[in-house]
Amino acid sequence: MLNYIWGGMILIGIAVAAFNGTMEEVSSAIIDSSRDAVSLMITMLGIISMWMGLMKIAEKSGLIDYLSRKMMPLLVFLFPDLRRNMKALNYISTNMMANVLGLGWAATPAGLLAMEEMQKVNKKKDTASRSMCTFLIINLSSLQIVTINIIAFRAEYNSVNPAEIIFPGILATIISTVIGVAFAKIMEVFER
Amino acid sequence: MSFMILLSNLMIPLTFAIILICGYAKRVDVYQTFIEGAKGGFGTVVNIAPTILGLIVSVGVIRASGALDLLTGFFAPLLSRLGFPAEALPLTAMRLVSSSASTGLLLDIFKNYGPDSFIGRFVSIMMSSTETVVYTLSVYFMSIGITKMRYTLHGALLANLAGVVASLFITIWLFG
Repeated sequence: MLNYIWGGMILIGIAVAAFNGTMEEVSSAIIDSSRDAVSLMITMLGIISMWMGLMKIAEKSGLIDYLSRKMMPLLVFLFPDLRRNMKALNYISTNMMANVLGLGWAATPAGLLAMEEMQKVNKKKDTASRSMCTFLIINLSSLQIVTINIIAFRAEYNSVNPAEIIFPGILATIISTVIGVAFAKIMEVFER
Repeated sequence: MSFMILLSNLMIPLTFAIILICGYAKRVDVYQTFIEGAKGGFGTVVNIAPTILGLIVSVGVIRASGALDLLTGFFAPLLSRLGFPAEALPLTAMRLVSSSASTGLLLDIFKNYGPDSFIGRFVSIMMSSTETVVYTLSVYFMSIGITKMRYTLHGALLANLAGVVASLFITIWLFG
């Protein structure tokens, strides 16, 4: 996908520049944005590393495991078909908790394992089970509480208060997740 | 309304406090653990650096050429009636497809309008409450060989639409 998006944007840009007479701007944009990228990386290096250091403490102290266990009753409500499948529920809770805390790299492996577990109890192997549908809708409704990347980007471009969007972001995330869950639950009833 | 900003400002210090107290309660060597985790952060950033560099350059080209302005100018009359900032349209569409390409467009908005402008705040909140639907769905379903995904795409798109609309209203409400 990115294969076409990346090259496509550059080629369209150059073509439009030829008509618009903005070739000089495009030329300097290539140089300037490469330089911008490095300065952005330096900001991110600081903020992302700080966050990952903090999350490592949360992991080692058992806080993340504790929160995942606390999620179990909610998961049983969301995934009634997996009531007795503790393995699948554990992967799902790890995936969700990692997403909530903004640990994307830890979320994906657990999420894929959760899909494998759900596939084991899936009756039609080429069709998504309702647990899978619910899981992915929730996963894709965005769960992250502290979007540390966005905060790092805002800091790089000199925001007066980079963190001011955390709570508005949480509110929007709750709304999108509630809508996603409601849709999944309604479809569970209607599509059998 | 400033209550929301107050809560935002509380989030990071509070997270630090809670995690540190838990760490001490469980007798974790918190500083050593922090260093260990932060080292991992360097790896993460270095890994994504070339991707971000590539996308920042291609977004830079399409911005400087004037193509982005042509596109947003075309949709502006319709979108402004809905109260949606037209300049955020390419980002909102790209958000569904590619995480790194949308990051490139997000940075372009921060650079051109500033993160504290109305549109800058809107896209910050919008990016926090949406996900890369298309890419993630294909990765997850392909990994186990599912071809019929039933209502998953509808649900995911609906949730993301709700995220975008909610972000717009929240931005107007708080900063408008």
